Amino acid sequence: MSAVLAHDYSGAPVGAPVYELTHVSKTYARNSVIALEDVSLTLRKGSFTSVIGSSGCGKSTLLKIMAGLIPPSKGRVILQEQPVTGPRRDIGMMFQQATLFPWKTAVENIVLPIEIRDGKAAAKKALDKAYELLDIVGLKGFENVYPNELSGGMAQRASICRMLITEPAVLLLDEPFSALDELSRDMMNMELQRICREQNATAFLVTHSIQEAVILSDEIVVMKPRPGRIAEIVEVDLPRPRTLDMMTTPKFGEIVDHIRGQLDKGEDM
Amino acid sequence: MTDVPNNGSYNASLEDTVWVEEVAFIDSVPRWIAMTFVFLVFIGTWQLVTSLGMVSPIILPTPWETLQDMIFVGKNLLTGGYMLGSLWITIKEVIYGFALAIAIGFSLGVLVGETAFGEKAVMPYLVAIDTMPKVAFAPLFVAWLGFGIESKVALAAFIATFPIVVGTAAGLHAADDNARMLFKTMGASRWQTLVKMKLPTGLPQIFTGLKIGAVGVMAGAITGEFLGGGKGFGELIRVAASQLNTPRVFSLILYLSFVGLALYLMVQWTQRRLVFWQKETVGRYDG
Ligand SMILES: Nc1ncnc2c1ncn2[C@@H]1O[C@H](COP(=O)(O)OP(=O)(O)OP(=O)(O)O)[C@@H](O)[C@H]1O
Ligand SMILES: [Mg+2]
Repeated sequence: MSAVLAHDYSGAPVGAPVYELTHVSKTYARNSVIALEDVSLTLRKGSFTSVIGSSGCGKSTLLKIMAGLIPPSKGRVILQEQPVTGPRRDIGMMFQQATLFPWKTAVENIVLPIEIRDGKAAAKKALDKAYELLDIVGLKGFENVYPNELSGGMAQRASICRMLITEPAVLLLDEPFSALDELSRDMMNMELQRICREQNATAFLVTHSIQEAVILSDEIVVMKPRPGRIAEIVEVDLPRPRTLDMMTTPKFGEIVDHIRGQLDKGEDM
Repeated sequence: MTDVPNNGSYNASLEDTVWVEEVAFIDSVPRWIAMTFVFLVFIGTWQLVTSLGMVSPIILPTPWETLQDMIFVGKNLLTGGYMLGSLWITIKEVIYGFALAIAIGFSLGVLVGETAFGEKAVMPYLVAIDTMPKVAFAPLFVAWLGFGIESKVALAAFIATFPIVVGTAAGLHAADDNARMLFKTMGASRWQTLVKMKLPTGLPQIFTGLKIGAVGVMAGAITGEFLGGGKGFGELIRVAASQLNTPRVFSLILYLSFVGLALYLMVQWTQRRLVFWQKETVGRYDG
């Protein structure tokens, strides 16, 4: 059923498919937990997709498989016409923690992916771009500051820059702002939207917040637990660019209610 | 502005402080004064105990006698007397022993902390050896390496190696899942992950191991000298003690503790320079 829904794209964002997941399942061998079952999903270029679902329903597992960090037990993941068989340069990732390294300054942290992939000389050349990115996320003046002098929100901004420095085609975000307070979170979300539009990046966001999912996404993948599967893919046809005051519109409320209903249904099972 | 209801009879103003933080007396005293105070109490008690004749002077010399002997030993050291030669021997044992312990301890620590084989197959043996009383190996080292400095270096290194192994292995495990995942997404090789992430992350633990090792290396060198003879500072102490020259024993021990302290401070200094981001743990101690 979920497979049928996954390919139902009426009114979905146009653009060529970037990510294609077909019948992806994952069973952790260690404890034989079935984390994912038969997940099929297509992300189109420039689209923003969120995944929502109760804790333990396999969201992070899905993200890790898409990122090539762990192999699926079954199924296929294709990114830009190439099967994903390991970490890739065209994938940018961000986690709940900023994970900046305290022995490197903000810019040094940001060019780290370049340093790892292409060496120190290339990293040095990328410094200018890092400065630019820091400016974009509002961290001008903090370039040479060490992370323990940055606030949580500032650190997350820096980690956005680190994700963007390699110009990835897709952004995989695992609850990136859930450690922030609500105000900074809203601001970061708007910033994220702007960045995705500017870079024409395809984004895939794991979140626990229905509001966050609705305000950002073109499509919301609602998952249900044990085993993790897709319950429904909800399309959000609010106009773009989204603004925070759209959260008060009836349409927004309707979508939120619908998703909450879906999630509650999942809980009852 | 204030929580106290202003009902006329009670006129709360900003001057009427109801509850203020009281500064504990000890927090208002500079560290050096507090330390001097303890020092004086210590010396005073010592003087009292000895001058009241509560302990035989052979067992415990007076502070004054000890100071005089320290001046004597200090002169001998400064004028390049025989004691300087002994001290130099002990310092050499400590330095060689520590260098050896760092080399072996760090390598084993990486083996155990980084490879599954090391963790599975090597670690249990290390733990087993670590639980043994290591000074008991001293006679063996003497039998193998003779009465020279080598046997002392070996014992010193032997004792200091284990904390460094443990510190290094613990340090390599200190990186959290997020950092590991991040490095994986960046396509980092195992070597890059080790050098650019795990080792720097583990530096605080590694230095903890080094500090414990620095203390152990002194103990090892002196124990080696006690049990294996030679011409080091430990031998001077042993001879002085056998002659019941307790003031000399005391002053030699004090000079020796300066060496130990110097080594410890060198490690600490290196740590502060290298692990500059680690502020919290050393913070309060620095005063
Ligand atoms: N490395 C692992 N080994 C074994 N089981 C795992 C592993 N990682 C996750 N699991 C299991 O797989 C299931 C899905 O976990 P996952 O982390 O993907 O959930 P999630 O939806 O991201 O949860 P949350 O919202 O709490 O982050 C859980 O039951 C979890 O216990
Ligand atoms: Mg998760």
